[in-house]
Amino acid sequence: MADLNVKLWRGDENGGELVDYTIEAQEGEVVLDVVHRIQASQAPDLAVRWNCKAGKCGSCSAEINGKPSLMCMTRTSVFEPGETITITPMKTFPIIRDLVTDVSFNFKMLKKVPALKPKAREADGTYRMFQEDIERGQEFRKCIECFLCQNVCHVIRDHEENKTNYAGPRLFIRYADLEMHPLDTNDRLSLLQDKMGLGMCNITKCCTEVCPEHIHITDNAIIPLKERVVGDRYDPLVWLGKKIFRKSKTKVTVTE
Amino acid sequence: MTDELNEIHSHDVVIIGAGGAGLRAAIEARSLGASVAVVCKSLFGKAHTVMAEGGMAAAMGNVWKEDNWRVHFRDTMRGGKMLNNYRMAELHAKEAPDRVYELEEWGALFDRTKDGLILQRDFGGHKYARLAHVGDRTGLELIRTLQQKATSMDIDVYMECKIVKLLKDSSGAVVGALGFWRNSGEFVLFKGKSFILASGGIGKSWKFTSNSWESTGDGHALAATAGADLIDMEFVQFHPTGMVWPLSVRGLLVTEGVRGDGGVLRNSLDKRFMFNYIPEMFAAETADTEEEGDRWYEDKSNNRRPPELLPRDEVARSINSEVKAGRGSPHGGVFLDIASRRSPEYIKRRLPSMYHQFKALADVDITATAMEVGPTCHYVMGGVRVDADTAASTVDGLFAAGEVAGGMHGSNRLGGNSLSDLVVFGKRAGEYAAKRALGMTKDVEVDQAEVRLAVEEALAPFNRSQGDNPFKVQQEIQDTMQNLVGIIRNQQELEQAHSEIEKLKERVKQAGASTTSRRFNSAWHTALDLVSMITVSEAVAKAALLRKESRGGHTREDFPKADPEFGKINHVVRIINGEMSVKPEPLPQMTPDLAEIFKDDVK
Repeated sequence: MADLNVKLWRGDENGGELVDYTIEAQEGEVVLDVVHRIQASQAPDLAVRWNCKAGKCGSCSAEINGKPSLMCMTRTSVFEPGETITITPMKTFPIIRDLVTDVSFNFKMLKKVPALKPKAREADGTYRMFQEDIERGQEFRKCIECFLCQNVCHVIRDHEENKTNYAGPRLFIRYADLEMHPLDTNDRLSLLQDKMGLGMCNITKCCTEVCPEHIHITDNAIIPLKERVVGDRYDPLVWLGKKIFRKSKTKVTVTE
Repeated sequence: MTDELNEIHSHDVVIIGAGGAGLRAAIEARSLGASVAVVCKSLFGKAHTVMAEGGMAAAMGNVWKEDNWRVHFRDTMRGGKMLNNYRMAELHAKEAPDRVYELEEWGALFDRTKDGLILQRDFGGHKYARLAHVGDRTGLELIRTLQQKATSMDIDVYMECKIVKLLKDSSGAVVGALGFWRNSGEFVLFKGKSFILASGGIGKSWKFTSNSWESTGDGHALAATAGADLIDMEFVQFHPTGMVWPLSVRGLLVTEGVRGDGGVLRNSLDKRFMFNYIPEMFAAETADTEEEGDRWYEDKSNNRRPPELLPRDEVARSINSEVKAGRGSPHGGVFLDIASRRSPEYIKRRLPSMYHQFKALADVDITATAMEVGPTCHYVMGGVRVDADTAASTVDGLFAAGEVAGGMHGSNRLGGNSLSDLVVFGKRAGEYAAKRALGMTKDVEVDQAEVRLAVEEALAPFNRSQGDNPFKVQQEIQDTMQNLVGIIRNQQELEQAHSEIEKLKERVKQAGASTTSRRFNSAWHTALDLVSMITVSEAVAKAALLRKESRGGHTREDFPKADPEFGKINHVVRIINGEMSVKPEPLPQMTPDLAEIFKDDVK
C-alpha cells in the first residue's frame, strides 16, 4: 500500500512544532496504530496516552486534522489517498509533552461533586428501580471521560480564566447523573448555578457533537439541569415550600 | 537521601493499582480510618477494569431462585478444574452478592428485572443466569462507581506514577515503594505500613492480547523480586472470542455475553462445532442437540446448557482445533453468529458496545452478519500467593488482590468471576492491610542505600545512548511467548522458549531511553516495563515446562490429558538470590462439608 504522510505535534510547555513522518499504510488501521508504528520505528520517546484501544477508556483523545477525536476510533480509511493526517494535542489543556496534556483540571472538578446520598432500602432490603427509571442515568454513565467535550467547550477553550468557576460538559452530565438518580437525596442545584457555571453554557452543542459515546449532553443533561435551577429558584411555590418545610431535596419540583 | 529524590509521601496503606481491586481496597482501608494512597500508572479511571464487558457473577438469585453460593462455588471449582484455593472460591461465592448490593448503594445502575431488581445474565460455566451487568460495559460501571466513591472519601490518588521497586526494612517487611512520575520523570517514595498490590495482569507479553499497555505484570514482578511466592503461573487464559480482523484490532475482546445472550459458534461448513467437543466432565449438564441447547435459554429446569457456554478453556481449545483442521473463517478464526438468532433491537440493547466496536473498527454490522473471532490472551490465573481470608502475601506488610493474586480461579477462570473477585478480595485486602497498619506503633524506616540503588537501576536506560529500541525488544518478547508459550504448548517449544528468554533477559538490559529527556519519555517507560515482562514470562515458561499434563489454561499437546497427580499440586515460583525456581507444593485440602458438594460429580 501507499505511504501515509503524518504530521505530529512534538514539543513541551516551552513550545514545539509539527514534525513530518512518512510510514507505510496498512489495511484496517486506526490513527492510534499509525502513531504507535511511528513511535516503535522512528520516535521511541514520543509521548502519547492510550490504554484500551477500543473506545472504552477515553485516554487517546487528540485533535485529528483539527477535529477532536479518539485516535483509537478513527480509521485511516476515512482520509483521502494522499491526504496528510495532522495530529495535535487537545488545545484546552496545558501541554506536558507531544500529544500528552495536563487534564488535572477535570479531576479537580470531579472532586468537588457532592457525592450520592442514597435513600433507605425497601423493607425487604432491596432497592427497587425499574429499567425505564434508570435509562437516562445509564446514558450519562456511558461517559468514558475522554474530556473531548471539555476540550471543545469554548467557555474554557478560549478563556483560561473561566476554569476557576466553570465545570464543563463532562461535569454537567455527572451532576445530571446524580440529580436524576432514583436513589439520590442530595441537592446540588445551588452549587451548580453559583460555583460551577451552569449558566455560562449557552447550549451551542459542540460537546454533544464530539462525544464518542453519543451522549446527548446538551439536550438530556445541561438543558434539564438549567430548567431545574429555574424551577428551584424562581418558582414562587417552590420558594415558599423551601422556606416553610426546609426540604433538603428539591429534586421533584411542582413545575415539572 | 539521594539528589534524585525530593518527594516522599507517608501513608498507613499504599495501594499499587487503581482498578476494581485497588479502589475497593482503598475504600475499605479508608473507612477503617487508615490514611490511604492509591498509585496508578495511567490516569485515574482508565485501569483495565473498564474493559470488562459481560458482568460480575454473584449468586443473588434474582432471576433463578434455585441459585445460591454453593452452586456458584461448585461452578467456580469445576471451571478451575478443582485446582482453585477452595477457601478463596468459598469466600468469593458467599460474599459476592453483598459486594454487588453495596455497589448499587454507591450509585451503580445495573440493568433491572421486571420486578425492579438487579438483572442477571447467562455466561459460560455458570449453571444459572448469575451476572449482574450494565449492557456490555459492566467494567466501566464498576470502576466509575468505585472511583466516585473513593473520590468522596479523602483518599490520595497519585496518578501516572510507575512503581519500580518495593523496599524492605531489616525485619523483611515491605515499608516503601519507589516510583517515578511519568509526566516529569522525577522520583517519588511512598512510605507505608501496609502495601497492597492490585496491579492487574500480564497479557502484554503476548502478541495477540485483549490487554492494554499497562498489563506488563509489574505487581507480579515487584512481589517476586521482593521475595514473595507466586503460584499457578503456568495458567494463562486465552479468551475464546477475540476479534481476528482487521489485523490492527486482532485480540480485541468480544464479550462472552454474545454467547450468553444466544450467539453460537460455527465453522466454515456452517456447523455448530461445539457439539463435537463436549468433555466428559461436563457431559451430564451440556445439551447434545441444537434444539435442546436453544430451549435452555427459556427453560433451564428441563434442558441442558448449549456447549457454546462451556468454560473458556474448553471453547478456546475447540476453536483452535477447528482452525487447525482447516474449517476456520477467512481470517483464521471461526464465526460467532448472533445476527441469525436474535432481533437487531435485542442485539443493540444487550450488546451496544459490541455493535459499536464492530461497526467502527471492522465495518461489520453484527445484527446482520456473523463476527470472525479467535482466541486471545486475556487473563492470568496465576499470581501472588495469598492467604485466602486476609489477602496477605508470604512477605510481611505486602498484600495482593485481583488479577495479581493467584489461587482463586485455579487453572481456569469463569467469565464474570473476575469483577466479583476484585471487590470481594479488594475489600478483604483493604481491611486486613488497614488493621495491620493501624496496629503498628512505630514509624517505618526506609534504607537510603536501597533507595539510591533503585533510582540508579531505574535510570540505567538513560546510560545506554546506543541502546536497543525497547519497542523492538517488547515485540520479541511477545513473539516468543505467542509462538512458544501460547495456547497449545509442548516440551520442545517450551525448552526453546527458555533459551529465548535467557537471551531476551540480556536484551532487556540493553534497552535504551532513546533521548535524554525524562519528560513523558515512552521509550524509558517501555524499557522499564520490559523488566516486569521478562520476569513474568520466565515464570510462566518455567511453570509450564514442569506441568506435564493439560488442565484449564495450560494445554500440552505432548500430555493431552489431565493427570490426577498434577491435580494435587500448585507450582510455586520463588526468586532466591536472583535465581527463579519452581517447586510443587500440595494443594490445600477442602473441608468435608465443602467436599460433599462434589460427591456426585464425574471427575
